[in-house]
Amino acid sequence: MELDQNQAAPASMQVSDESVIKITDMNKWYGQFHVLKEINLNVNRGERIVICGPSGSGKSTLIRCINRLEEHQQGSINVDGIELNNDLKNIDAIRREVGMVFQHFNLFPHLTVLENCTLAPIWVKKMPKKEAEEVAMKYLERVRIPEQALKFPGQLSGGQQQRVAIARSLCMNPKIMLFDEPTSALDPEMIKEVLDVMIELAHEGMTMICVTHEMGFAKTVANRVIFMDGGQIIEENEPNEFFNNPQSERTQLFLSQILAH
Amino acid sequence: MAMDNSTGYSGVVNSGDLPDKPAPIKTDGVGPWIRDNLFNGAFNSILTISSLLLVLYTLPSALNWLIFNAVWTGGSDACRANPDGACWTFVTSRWEQFLYGFYEKSERWRIDILLVILAVGIAWLAWERTPGKKLMAFFMLVIYPIFAFFMMYGNEAMGLPIVETPQWGGFTLTLVIALSGIVASLPIGIVLALGRRSEMRIISLLCTIFIEFWRGIPLVAVLFMATIMFPLFLPAGVTFDQLLRAVIGVALFASAYMAEVVRGGLQAIPKGQYEGAMALGLPFWKMMRLIILPQALKIVIPGIVNTFIGLFKDTTLVLIIALFDLLGIVQASIADPNWSIKSVPYTGYAFVAIVFWICCYSMALYSRYIEDKLHTGHKR
Ligand SMILES: Nc1ncnc2c1ncn2[C@@H]1O[C@H](COP(=O)(O)OP(=O)(O)O)[C@@H](O)[C@H]1O
Ligand SMILES: [Mg+2]
Repeated sequence: MELDQNQAAPASMQVSDESVIKITDMNKWYGQFHVLKEINLNVNRGERIVICGPSGSGKSTLIRCINRLEEHQQGSINVDGIELNNDLKNIDAIRREVGMVFQHFNLFPHLTVLENCTLAPIWVKKMPKKEAEEVAMKYLERVRIPEQALKFPGQLSGGQQQRVAIARSLCMNPKIMLFDEPTSALDPEMIKEVLDVMIELAHEGMTMICVTHEMGFAKTVANRVIFMDGGQIIEENEPNEFFNNPQSERTQLFLSQILAH
Repeated sequence: MAMDNSTGYSGVVNSGDLPDKPAPIKTDGVGPWIRDNLFNGAFNSILTISSLLLVLYTLPSALNWLIFNAVWTGGSDACRANPDGACWTFVTSRWEQFLYGFYEKSERWRIDILLVILAVGIAWLAWERTPGKKLMAFFMLVIYPIFAFFMMYGNEAMGLPIVETPQWGGFTLTLVIALSGIVASLPIGIVLALGRRSEMRIISLLCTIFIEFWRGIPLVAVLFMATIMFPLFLPAGVTFDQLLRAVIGVALFASAYMAEVVRGGLQAIPKGQYEGAMALGLPFWKMMRLIILPQALKIVIPGIVNTFIGLFKDTTLVLIIALFDLLGIVQASIADPNWSIKSVPYTGYAFVAIVFWICCYSMALYSRYIEDKLHTGHKR
């Protein structure tokens, strides 16, 4: 994958030392199946974290716990000072701060691209329709598809749909963006257009947690790579060290497998 | 087998586009359509020819009876003189009763007004380019039923004499029962479907029991229970309108079916739609209203309309609890000794069938139109 690797990281990519996500001793089970084990993760504002690991290792489950698409049973998750518990108010507050982009886009097929983008600002933030549409157009321009605003998602290509999904999240002006394998469902020629948008987002200083196997992206953008296996965080390092000098055997095996082709 | 590399296989490169050629067999036009659809293969050809013969055999006599040989003017004597054609004068001389039932003659203008508003309202909502759909829908679904009740039943304070429900009848009664059932069964069905899928076990259990209870008994039994058994549960002296009981019975019966139709639609919505909505921070009811239900209901429009059509026809069953809907009134009129003519019962039933068919087929057509209109490109 050819990404603009040589582009110097702008100053906005500086990581602050203010913590925005703090996960402490978190455990989760599906029935008897212990899917996440003793997860400890601290994310500072402006960090770009890439999570990788074999299929079924719990990557999706972990990031879905952050906005409560999945419930954890033990330990604590704190997002931007809000404790994630059964209080619906807290869950709503966190979801307003955290945007999420899915592997299969999850756009609303019965609404136009523009309506997809304005829905949450209007109904969650109570933004007037006019203003919401202006905001939506601004972000659709950012992801470079303003001309598709009045089409339905089913009329767009996969890459375009994923960019709409990113714009839709951005319309809520989130502080943190979660990406769950955003390019895995895309045809190869569309991966770059989505990654480019994500790279821009990183350059603007967005705090991002991204589950992906795009190692080029990890090397360019991430300031930290996390390797998960069997529901645990096995290894965690800055990208150079992670790729060139992996410590754990499992990490080495995994890297050798995905870098083999 | 050993490969012989020595021949020096050279790659193939196609330069330039090949021109579009016409398809070898003509596929459009009337002739090819008939060939492809009616005579493709021996079995299909036999079917086509035998269907054609059947139509040729039955259609002329049916048209003769219904139209060309039918009695259109005059009185019962004309019909008696012509037993081999429909007796439409029976219908034309009785149409007021068929429409209004035994409703007070001097008060029938009230029904006229309601029917006009109903027709305008439905046309307004059905036609694509009329403005103010939301307001109109609110008016037709909330204000109109209340207004219609006062108009039909009457209200001394408003200067409208009371017309008791036993006097209601005919097509008006059919509409009253069918429309109340339709307007009530969709929302109740949606609530029941959501309830049945709820994660709260007790709610889900209650909804399941409710649905299976109503689906498990025949409508005839529901109507009998509403008439005979229900009063036993009421304290002495409390009466409860017979028609209202029938309407509630029909509505709940249809709701149970509707709930299962809607549930089918809800099941077809992928989990990703819920997750997409939740991740944006939409609370549960907004997510349901804006994302899930519009898609689920759209998928099951054929099923919903199917239930409406079934309900519309089932209204004729109120006949057995002595309510005179269109069918009931026509049947009662047939028994009139002045009209005891061979062709009259046939004519009466044919008339009822035609009226019902027109109503039901209109619903079916409109449902197909809506489905086409709501189609938004490929599914994802
Ligand atoms: N809803 C669920 N119920 C039961 N098991 C689940 C559920 N979702 C995921 N799992 C299991 O949890 C494990 C982790 O899943 P996931 O987080 O999706 O892995 P990854 O994203 O790393 O591929 C897998 O073994 C998967 O089968
Ligand atoms: Mg996953």
